[in-house]
Amino acid sequence: MHLKGYRNILLYSLIGIGIIGCKSGSNSSGPHVSLSDRVSYNFDIRPILSDKCFACHGPDENKREAGLRLDVEEDAHRSLKESPGSFALVAGNPAMSEVFKRIMSSDTTLVMPPVNSHLKLSVEEIALIEKWILQGARYEKHWAFVPPQKLTVPEQKSSKWVRNEIDHFILAKQEQIGLKPNPEADKERLLKRVALDLTGLPPGLELMDAFLADNSPDAYDRMVNRLMQSPAYGERMAVHWLDVARYADSHGYQDDGYRTQWPWRDWVIHAFNKNMSYKDFVTWQLAGDLLPNPNKEQLLATGFNRNHKITEEGGVIQEEYRVSYVTDRNDLFGKAFLGFTVECAHCHDHKYDPISQKEYYQLFAFFNNVKEVGIESVIGGPETYAKKPLMEISDRDITELLTFINKPDTNRLIVSVMGDLDTTRATYILERGVYDAHGEQVSPGTPKAILPFASRYPKNRLGLAKWLFDRNNPLTARVYVNQMWQEFFGKGLVKSSGDFGMQGDLPSHPALLDWLAVDFMEHGWDIQRLVKQIVTSATYRQSAEVTTKALNTDPENTYLARSSRYHVDAEHIRDLVLASSGLLVPTVGGPSVKPYQPAGLWEGATSGRGLLSIYEQDKGAKLYRRGMYTLIKRTVPPPTMAIFDASNRDLCEVKRLKTNTPLQALVMMNDPMVLEASRVLAGRLLQENMNTKQRIIKAFRLIVCRQPKEKELDILVTYHQKQMMSINVTQAKEIIQIGEFPLIRKVDQIEQAALMRVINTIYNLEETITKS
Amino acid sequence: MEKEIEEHGFSFNRRRFLSSLSLGIGSAALGSLLMPDLLNGDKDNMEDALMAGIPHYAPKAKRVIYLFQNGAPSQQELFDYKPKLHDLRGQEIPPSVLGTQRLTGMTANQSSFPLVDSFVGFKQYGQSGTWISDLLPYTAKIVDELCIVKSMYTEAINHDPALTFLQTGSQQGNRPSMGSWLSYGLGNENKNLPNFTVLLSRGVGNGQGVYSKLWSNGFLDSVHQGVQFSSGEDPVLYLRDPDGLNRTERRDMLDQLAQLNDISYQEFGDPEIAAKIKQYEMAYRMQSAVPEVMDLSKESDDIIKLYGPDCLVPGTYAANCLLARKLSENGVRFVQLYHQGWDQHGNLPFEITKQAMDVDQASAALVTDLKQRGLLDETLVIWGGEFGRTSYTQGTLTADNYGRDHHPRCFTVWMAGGGIKPGMVYGETDELGYNIARNPVHVHDFQATVLHQLGLDHEKLTFKHLGRRYRLTDISGHVVKDILS
Repeated sequence: MHLKGYRNILLYSLIGIGIIGCKSGSNSSGPHVSLSDRVSYNFDIRPILSDKCFACHGPDENKREAGLRLDVEEDAHRSLKESPGSFALVAGNPAMSEVFKRIMSSDTTLVMPPVNSHLKLSVEEIALIEKWILQGARYEKHWAFVPPQKLTVPEQKSSKWVRNEIDHFILAKQEQIGLKPNPEADKERLLKRVALDLTGLPPGLELMDAFLADNSPDAYDRMVNRLMQSPAYGERMAVHWLDVARYADSHGYQDDGYRTQWPWRDWVIHAFNKNMSYKDFVTWQLAGDLLPNPNKEQLLATGFNRNHKITEEGGVIQEEYRVSYVTDRNDLFGKAFLGFTVECAHCHDHKYDPISQKEYYQLFAFFNNVKEVGIESVIGGPETYAKKPLMEISDRDITELLTFINKPDTNRLIVSVMGDLDTTRATYILERGVYDAHGEQVSPGTPKAILPFASRYPKNRLGLAKWLFDRNNPLTARVYVNQMWQEFFGKGLVKSSGDFGMQGDLPSHPALLDWLAVDFMEHGWDIQRLVKQIVTSATYRQSAEVTTKALNTDPENTYLARSSRYHVDAEHIRDLVLASSGLLVPTVGGPSVKPYQPAGLWEGATSGRGLLSIYEQDKGAKLYRRGMYTLIKRTVPPPTMAIFDASNRDLCEVKRLKTNTPLQALVMMNDPMVLEASRVLAGRLLQENMNTKQRIIKAFRLIVCRQPKEKELDILVTYHQKQMMSINVTQAKEIIQIGEFPLIRKVDQIEQAALMRVINTIYNLEETITKS
Repeated sequence: MEKEIEEHGFSFNRRRFLSSLSLGIGSAALGSLLMPDLLNGDKDNMEDALMAGIPHYAPKAKRVIYLFQNGAPSQQELFDYKPKLHDLRGQEIPPSVLGTQRLTGMTANQSSFPLVDSFVGFKQYGQSGTWISDLLPYTAKIVDELCIVKSMYTEAINHDPALTFLQTGSQQGNRPSMGSWLSYGLGNENKNLPNFTVLLSRGVGNGQGVYSKLWSNGFLDSVHQGVQFSSGEDPVLYLRDPDGLNRTERRDMLDQLAQLNDISYQEFGDPEIAAKIKQYEMAYRMQSAVPEVMDLSKESDDIIKLYGPDCLVPGTYAANCLLARKLSENGVRFVQLYHQGWDQHGNLPFEITKQAMDVDQASAALVTDLKQRGLLDETLVIWGGEFGRTSYTQGTLTADNYGRDHHPRCFTVWMAGGGIKPGMVYGETDELGYNIARNPVHVHDFQATVLHQLGLDHEKLTFKHLGRRYRLTDISGHVVKDILS
């Protein structure tokens, strides 16, 4: 066989090129590190094989070509089925290894990956495979399936910068590639960052002044404690969880009628505020109904698994939809808790990860016993706002156990929750994933590659929760710790936070991830403790300035030698505007609200049936609630939320995109909410006894959360003077009539309009809605 | 120093482009072949190259206008002429034809499945002699421009999953819509308008909702999200400046804003700040470009006559068709219309007559108008719903009334322009119009064909997300070569 360029490749690999280290799959953007002496299967080879080979030579038995399996060491080293005597891999000998011969082949009928796959190996990838074979072609278990171990924290010389264990790990990596961490951010920016991260709200003048004046060494730590004790902490933490739980205020599908699942949302806020352990938090949600003598709070928590879409479209096939609900729960369980794309095994064995279709349906069996139907009722009145199994929340419950529910009236309140049948519903493998194509019958079980299901656990959701929190489960703690990291740094240590499998990104700091995961377990799955570790680290406290060198070496900030800058969540943009203008009504919980929304959106898309076919905008205090309380109608989600990358709550999501678009600019310029806030803040400042410059400074501090620079102030003051000269009374009247909040009549209209424009400009600054 | 930052910004963006926005064609090597400007470091050229995107091979069409008939129009009353149904009216559908396929819960429990013929007549038109229903007199006149596919079939039996399937290739939500895929694959022709726009209208027939997930960008960057244009005073959400602020004043505000943002850019060196300044500029340009394109006052009387008087009533299907032509003419890659009201479970003769009147003239006018402007060759127009309707009646069959249930096994769509063969009928259903007899076209085949006409290989236009390379056609689909001109 002709081996094209074989000699060159050898030469290449001797010189030692290649992109390795902590690279992710085949499209790393990390810095170049010279080829290490020892090629790592997990970090260097598996990403290549997984991405380019496993689809045909991997776990999916039905799609396996030539009987060759490359994801299992014994199989890959065995004599080939189709040409006995030949071997895919011959340790130490690339030229004798069919794998290497085929990837080097110039024959288009033989070359691997095949031409029609549209996949191609790079020169670097080929060099790595060659070197790996030379070194014996040894396999390692996929890193994410090996339970995490707490390694020794790497000691650092420059301990001045370091504040806790996180920093040791981060600094060790940076030193390896020649990066230096940024110094601590200035106090104003640090406070804004941590306030937004812990409460979703800007700090406000009082906290800013207190923090700036406090020069004691533990000022920051005390500030962190103070922010975490605010009820807003639970609200902020809940937002991510509502994405995971695909929480919404409508049933979804065709008619998309109203549902009352919000008491469950109130419980989530409550659970974060009382710092429930992650273990209890999740166990209650998965199996609160199966706990011994469950109380109403534990039952309410199980609403988690009923937040999925439920059809109200007449004429659907019951079983098809019932199966789709179970599928939704099962896929969520994989993605949210295991970081595992189990849904790929819904129709066939997984192509990359070790989960067979049978194992998919074994997991499915845990969720398949719910006392539910595909369609219970078509769209209608209050009796359709929850679907069986459901719980009633009485006014007495609110005064006793469920005190955290903000029930505004005495109407009947129902919530969809979990509840199993008394008998067991048989679970079958569904051929090709089709709801009525029953294959082999299966019983509840978990994927063996992760952790076999211990016989001591009951074969129900409660047993599944116990399995999830088994000390030997390699994924649960890592996945959650990673999600939390993502919430505070913009992306996870494993960037693909929903995929820890073969095709997922490798951890940028594997030792740190494991250390945090074990530490989290050792300390009782204490969420607040974890959050505190993160926000008090020097890594978190760095400034966000980008040096040319850092941008060049690490454009995506994988090594965290600076703080990442990105826009805050959609909900918190709204919160920031309302809070800084003084409009925010900080009530916690209760039914979702309908603030300003452009006319016609619901009406233009509705089937015409049900409570949500016409948008009846709320009035008064309900216009000024936090973003997380805006009613989410699944088929027409709140437009500004969608524009700022919020989830549409169709399915479980563990990570939001962070984009930068012209529609976002239009929202900040023209959304009546932003304009009204500008007007109200202007009116308030004009009632205070200060001059224009002082007013602008105060507005800037409230909104951007720092003192303006001289240059910035000059621009704003000049702009203000220009407005004062050009706006006439008629125009001023037009400008300030925006929004329903009562107009402040005592102040001059032209002054109000001019200052309003300045404030609106401040709201539009890039820095305003950015964590920096 | 400034230049250095710019360059690093460029290298950052390029890397980001090549990694997260990679077109699935794999290597930078291939990318550089197709996009030389991208790799030689000229920043402005690079942006243009990004805007222009990468076709996989020479495209026939540059743009798509998709006239979605939401609710599933009955093929028996519009395109698929079945005289045999007339002979068998009122008789049970033979079990051999009915087969074992699932029926919806609305008719599954019916004790009888009497066949029903069309209440309206058909005639042959054009050189092709194609049968067209009397409900579509205008469409009949342009029949020689159309390729009518009578053998479409889908996997879903309810509206939401079927619509989602046609638009995103999957019955579940959360995948990018067809328009988003095209925007991602081909980039932008017009820097002042969104690349993928959506227009909604509604007839008097039984309504089914539409959902914004149908024009979602899914896991693609949100610049590829469909932007809904509406007939209200704000054609694009939040486009209109507030009362009391004129264009000069907006310009002035943006100039101050740019200066202020630039101060932060100098401090942080973050390329996203520079990008933000550009997004504000794009927003400003959209503020003039969108109302200009929405303004129908400069259209000639001939055009108004062609589309019909409804085209001057904002929010109607006719107005949206005219608007679609204008948007497309201005380089918008994908214009998606939805016209609701085609779900005729009952009262079909009355409702479908109204629905057909809503859309017939304007649909035909759009094709004629594009042709007279020389744009039809490069614009692919598609007309059709999410599935078909049953040949048996739903509910009671009376002398002058009946209904039809959902039917995924066959339905009709038509295409025009964009390199599709004109004046042909493709595929055939059996003589009862219930099963496909010849040349079945799966939804993924249809999608593969649309992408192909735009120069994109449906197997190569992929995006890697959570470990998997996703594509519009999911895991199947073949280009229907027989209908390509």
